[in-house]
Amino acid sequence: MLKSKTFVKKTRSGGVMKIVREHYLRDDIWCGSEFCVECKQDSTVLQQDACIESNLLSSPHYLIPDTNVVLHQIDILEDPLIRNVIILQTVLQEIRHRSAPVYKRIKDVVHDKEKHFYTFTNEHHRETFIEREQAESANDQNDRAIRVAAKWYSEHLKNAPKAEELKIVLLTNDRANKEKAEESGLVAYKCEEYIKSLIANPELVDRLALTSDDQNEITTSKLLFPEHLPLSRIQAGIKSGSFLQGTFRASRDNYLEATVFVHGEGEESTEVLIQGLQNLNRAVHQDVVAVELLPRDQWVAPSSVVLQDEGPKEDDKEEEAENMLRCEANEAMLKPTGKVVGIIKRNWRPFCGMLSKSQIKEATRHLFTPADRRIPRIRIETRQAAALEGQRIMVAIDGWPKHSRYPNGHFVRNLGSAGDKETETAVLLLEHDVPHQAFSQAVLSFLPKMPWRITEEDMKNRVDLRHLCVCSVDPPGCTDIDDALHCRDLENGNLEVGVHIADVSHFIRPGNALDQEAANRGTTVYLCEKRIDMVPELLSSNLCSLRSNVDRLAFSCIWEMNHNAEILNTRFTKSVINSKASLTYAEAQMRIDDTSMNDDITKSLRGLNKLAKILKKKRIEKGALTLSSPEVRFHIDSETHDPIDLQTKELKETNSMVEEFMLLANISVAQKIYDEFSECALLRKHPAPPPSNYDILNKAANSKGLLIRTDSAKALADSLDEAKVDGFAYFNTLLRILATRCMMQAVYFCSGMDSDFHHYGLASPIYTHFTSPIRRYADIIVHRLLAVAIGADCTYPDLMDKHKQSALCNNLNYRHKMAQYAQRASVAFHTQLFFKNRGILNEDGYILFVRKNAIIILIPKFGLEGTVFFENKDKPSPRLTFNEEAPTLTVEDHTFHMFDKVKVTISLDSSNIQHQKIRMALIEPVIPGVSVALPEGEPEAKKAKLDR
Amino acid sequence: MAGLELLSDQGYRLDGRKPSELRKVQARMGVFAQADGSAYIEQGNTKALAVVYGPHEVRGSRSKTLHDRAVINCQYSMATFSTAERKRRPHGDRKSSEMSLHLKQTFEAAILTQLYPRSQIDIYVKILQSDGGNYSACVNAATLAVIDAGVPMRDYVCACSAGFVEDTPLADLCHTEESGGGTSLALALLPRGGQIALLQMDARLHQDHLDALMEAAMTACRSLSNVLDGVVRQHLQEVSLLTRE
Repeated sequence: MLKSKTFVKKTRSGGVMKIVREHYLRDDIWCGSEFCVECKQDSTVLQQDACIESNLLSSPHYLIPDTNVVLHQIDILEDPLIRNVIILQTVLQEIRHRSAPVYKRIKDVVHDKEKHFYTFTNEHHRETFIEREQAESANDQNDRAIRVAAKWYSEHLKNAPKAEELKIVLLTNDRANKEKAEESGLVAYKCEEYIKSLIANPELVDRLALTSDDQNEITTSKLLFPEHLPLSRIQAGIKSGSFLQGTFRASRDNYLEATVFVHGEGEESTEVLIQGLQNLNRAVHQDVVAVELLPRDQWVAPSSVVLQDEGPKEDDKEEEAENMLRCEANEAMLKPTGKVVGIIKRNWRPFCGMLSKSQIKEATRHLFTPADRRIPRIRIETRQAAALEGQRIMVAIDGWPKHSRYPNGHFVRNLGSAGDKETETAVLLLEHDVPHQAFSQAVLSFLPKMPWRITEEDMKNRVDLRHLCVCSVDPPGCTDIDDALHCRDLENGNLEVGVHIADVSHFIRPGNALDQEAANRGTTVYLCEKRIDMVPELLSSNLCSLRSNVDRLAFSCIWEMNHNAEILNTRFTKSVINSKASLTYAEAQMRIDDTSMNDDITKSLRGLNKLAKILKKKRIEKGALTLSSPEVRFHIDSETHDPIDLQTKELKETNSMVEEFMLLANISVAQKIYDEFSECALLRKHPAPPPSNYDILNKAANSKGLLIRTDSAKALADSLDEAKVDGFAYFNTLLRILATRCMMQAVYFCSGMDSDFHHYGLASPIYTHFTSPIRRYADIIVHRLLAVAIGADCTYPDLMDKHKQSALCNNLNYRHKMAQYAQRASVAFHTQLFFKNRGILNEDGYILFVRKNAIIILIPKFGLEGTVFFENKDKPSPRLTFNEEAPTLTVEDHTFHMFDKVKVTISLDSSNIQHQKIRMALIEPVIPGVSVALPEGEPEAKKAKLDR
Repeated sequence: MAGLELLSDQGYRLDGRKPSELRKVQARMGVFAQADGSAYIEQGNTKALAVVYGPHEVRGSRSKTLHDRAVINCQYSMATFSTAERKRRPHGDRKSSEMSLHLKQTFEAAILTQLYPRSQIDIYVKILQSDGGNYSACVNAATLAVIDAGVPMRDYVCACSAGFVEDTPLADLCHTEESGGGTSLALALLPRGGQIALLQMDARLHQDHLDALMEAAMTACRSLSNVLDGVVRQHLQEVSLLTRE
C-alpha cells in the first residue's frame, strides 16, 4: 500500500538549496463517485444523477475545472446549480498559493454537502502522479497533472456499470491546454462556452468574470494610468526605502483623494495623501499598495471640498475637478503626498450597489455604482439590465486595465428592489460584513433539548440564590435580559449587593459549532427594527434571558459594602436565581419615587440607587468623562413598520443606577481575571487620544472665549463642566458631542500582548466586559476565565493561548466597529424614511463644522446631522471665503462660525435613489441667492399645534 | 505566500501519509566487521549508522568506573553532508552533547548494565542524512547495534516522534513537519512492558492533548518494534544460514 518515491526540488532562499522530500504514492485514494464499484469507499460525494441541461452535453457529467477557472469563476462555482465537480489537489494547492479568499471560498463549497464537490488527492494517487519532465515549467506540469487526472477518471469510470453515459468534462480557459486535452481524447470546454450552453439558466452568464481575452472593446487608445510596477521591484523599493507600503483608504467625500496608512516600525505610523486619478492609479479602497513620495514642493494639503464622481464625463472636466483640489494652502497644512506605484494585494470583495443603465438601449455594458462611495464605479456586462434597473445588486471586480477609466466586473446576485426595507437592511448588513444568515443545523444541534430544566449535574459548583429578591431593569421591550440586581441589609449593618449575569458559557461549550459561530459573529447587532442575534433565539430570549419568576442559571458577583459604597468583600460564584420582577427603567424609577411602596423589590432598588449615586460621584471625581452623543429612537408603526415619530433618548436615574453596578462588576472581574491569568486575560482598554485630536474642540471653545484643558481626562471633564455660555443652554451639549468625536475607539485586547490597560473614558486602570454575555462574545470568554479562576469550570487550550486570544480580540473589535456602523446606517435609513413621509420642516439647528464649501448642521430635536452646500451645479456659486484657522466660512456678506444657530428646511433628496440624502436648505440667516424662502402655510399650522 | 498545509482536509500529510502512518523503515544489522555490533537504519530520508563496542574495561580515567554496573558511553554526531546546507559540526557542541546525554539515559534504562560491573559499553551514532526524527533514528539504530553486539537488554528500545497539527496527532514527523512550528514530542518506549525510557518535548502543548499525543507516539513505537523485530529475525536467519555451512 505504501510506495515510496522521492523527488528533488530546488528553492531559492538567499542561495540555491536542494530540498529532498518524500512523496508517497497510494492506492487507497478513492474516486468518490456513486457509479464506482471498484473503490472501497465508505461514502460517495459525486452523484449518479449529475445532469444539468446543456446543449453541449446531454448525458450526466462531472466537471474538472483547472486552477484559473476556479480562481476567476468562483462566483459561478458557488452557484447552487453547479454540482458534481471534482477539485483536484493540484488545483487546490495552486489556489492556496495564489489567493487566500478564493481558497477559503472553494473550501467552503467543498464542505457544503449539497454541492457535491469532491477533492481528489491526485498527486498521491499511484496512477495519477506525474513526474516533472525535462524543461517543463511548473504551470505546464500542473496542467498536465490535471489532464492526467481527468483522463484517469474517464478511464476509471468507463468500467463502472451504468456509467456508459457519464462524461468527464475538463473546464479550462487555456487554449493550449484545451487542445492537448482534446488530443488525448478528453472532453474539454472553455468555461464561457460551457456556461453559455446551460440553456435553462441564462442568468449564470452574467456571473461570468471577464477574462483578459474579451475586454478589449471599450478602450480608448489613450493609456489612462501609469503601469503598475512588478512585485519584485516594489519589494526592492520598499527594502531600500524609496517606496512605502500601506493600506489604501479612499476618501468618502472626494473621489479624487485618498490616504495611504503606512504602518511604521513600532508605534510610528504615517499617512500619505494621494490626490488625482493618475496618482491614485487604480487602487481601490482597502488595497495594500506601494506608494512613492513626491518631492516636497509638490506636497498638497487635504482639500476640504466635497466632490462626487458624477459618472462618465469629458476629460477636461475631470481636469477641472482636479484643479479645484489644488488650492493655495499655507506651509503648515501640507501633508506628505505621494503616488501609487504598485498594488501589493488587492482586497476586493463583492460590492453592493445599483446599476446605472447605459443610455444606449441595446448596450450590454453598464456602469455599476457601489453603495460605498469609497469604491469606484464598476463596468459590468449584462443582458438583463432592464430587469436589474432599480434593484440592489452585488458585483465583483475582475480587474482594472490601465487603459480603462473604470474597473471591470461581473454581476454576482440580485438583492431586491432599492428603497425596499428588506433590501436596504440586507445591503447595510452585507456592506458592513455582518454575518446574518440563519443559524445552521450544525449550530442548532448544540442547543439544549427542550423542555429544559435545571438538573443535579447543573447544581454542582453552583450556589442556590433563588431566595434572594433579585430584579432586572431594562429598556422596554427587551427580551434578552442579561443582568439582574439585588441589594439587602446584612446583620452586621453592611449592605450586600449582587449583580447576576446570565450564565451563557454554561450553554455554549468551547470549540463546538455554536461557540465558533458566536465567536465569529462577535456581537448582536441592533438595527432599528431588527436584531441580528449572536446566539440562537432559544438561548438569547429564553434560557439565558433572566426573566422574572423562572429559575435561571447565573454568574453572580456579590459585594459586601458599607453605606459609603466602599467594597469590603467581593465574591464570585455561579448560581441559580429566580428574578422577582422584570422592570423597565420607567417602572423602576416610579417605584423608587413612590413613597407609598415599601415591598422588598422597592427597598432593594432604593438601596441600589443610593449606592449608585455615591459610586457615580466617586467615579466622576476620579475623572470619568460624561460625554454626549445625540441618540434617537423611532416609534415604529406596528402595522407598516414605518417610523412615525422620532424622539431623542432620555436618561433616567435608574439608567445610571444599572450602569454604575455594571461598571463596578466589570472592573471587579477584570481585576480578578488579571490577577489569576496575567498572560491571557481578555480586557478592554480605551487609549487616551493624542493631543492633536482635540484641535477642533479647542478651536470651537475659543470661538466662544472659553478654554478647554485636555491634558488629562480629569481636566477635560472639569473644564467641560465649567464651559457654559449664558443664554445658550445647548452649548455644553454641543461641546460634549464634539469631545466625543475626539475620542479614540475602545478596544479588546489580551493582557499578555499589551502593557497599557488604562480606560480613559471611565478613568479606570483596568476594565473588561462581563455583563452582557448574551450579546457580546468577549463576555463569554471573560465568563470562562472567571469560571476557571474560581474553579467552577475546566479550562481548554485556546483559552490560555495568548496568540489565539489576540486573534479573537481582533475579530471582536472588527465586528464591534462594523456593528456600530451598521447601526448608524440603519438609523440614517430610518431617518430618511421618516422625512420621506414627513416632507419639509422648519427646524432650529446649530453649525457643528465649517467646511470649505459647506456647513454641517446638527438638529438637536432629531439628533440629525446634515450638510448645507453653498455650491450648486446649476446655479452660479456665491462668493465664498474660508478661514481655516478659526474656522469660519463667509458666504456673500454673512460669516458662519461654529455653533451658530440657523434655521433650515429638511427634505429628502431622492434624485439619486442609491444615496438618498437628507438635504438641508438654509432659511435663516437670510442670504440672497443662497437661502430659501420659508414654505408658506405650513409653519403656521405647526405653531397653532404648539399653542394648543 | 501561505505556509505549507501540514494536514489536508482529506487527511493526507505533505508527503501523502495518513496521520498515524510511519515513514518507510529499512534496516540492516552487522554492517561493519571491526566493531562488536553495528546497524544501519533508514526512516524515510533520515539515515543513521550506529556502532557498539564493548562491554570492555573502562578506558580513560578509572574514576568513572561503577562497581555495580557497566558505564554506558554514547556519542552522537551528524555528518557534514547530512543536511541541505553543508556545515562543519565540531564534536561537543551543545546540541550533540544534549543528544548524547539523551541516548545515554535511554540505553541505561534498556541495557541490563548490572550484568557487567566495572566495564564500559560504547555506543557511537552518526546521522548520515537528516530529515526529521534524528533522535528516534539514533535510538532505533543503536538498539539494533546493541543486539548485534550481543549485549542483553530488557527489551527493544523503540523511539518515535509525534507532532500535533490541527487537533490531530501526527506520527513520525519529517523535517518539514518538525520545522513547521507545531509541537513535537520524542518518545522512547520499551514496548513489551510499555515502560517509557525517555520522553521529551520542548514546545508548549495543552495538557488535554498530551494523552492523545503520547498514545499516538506509543502506537508508532509499537509498530516500529515489530519492524525491528522482523529485521533482527531476518538477520539471524541469514547469519545462521551462513554459519551452518
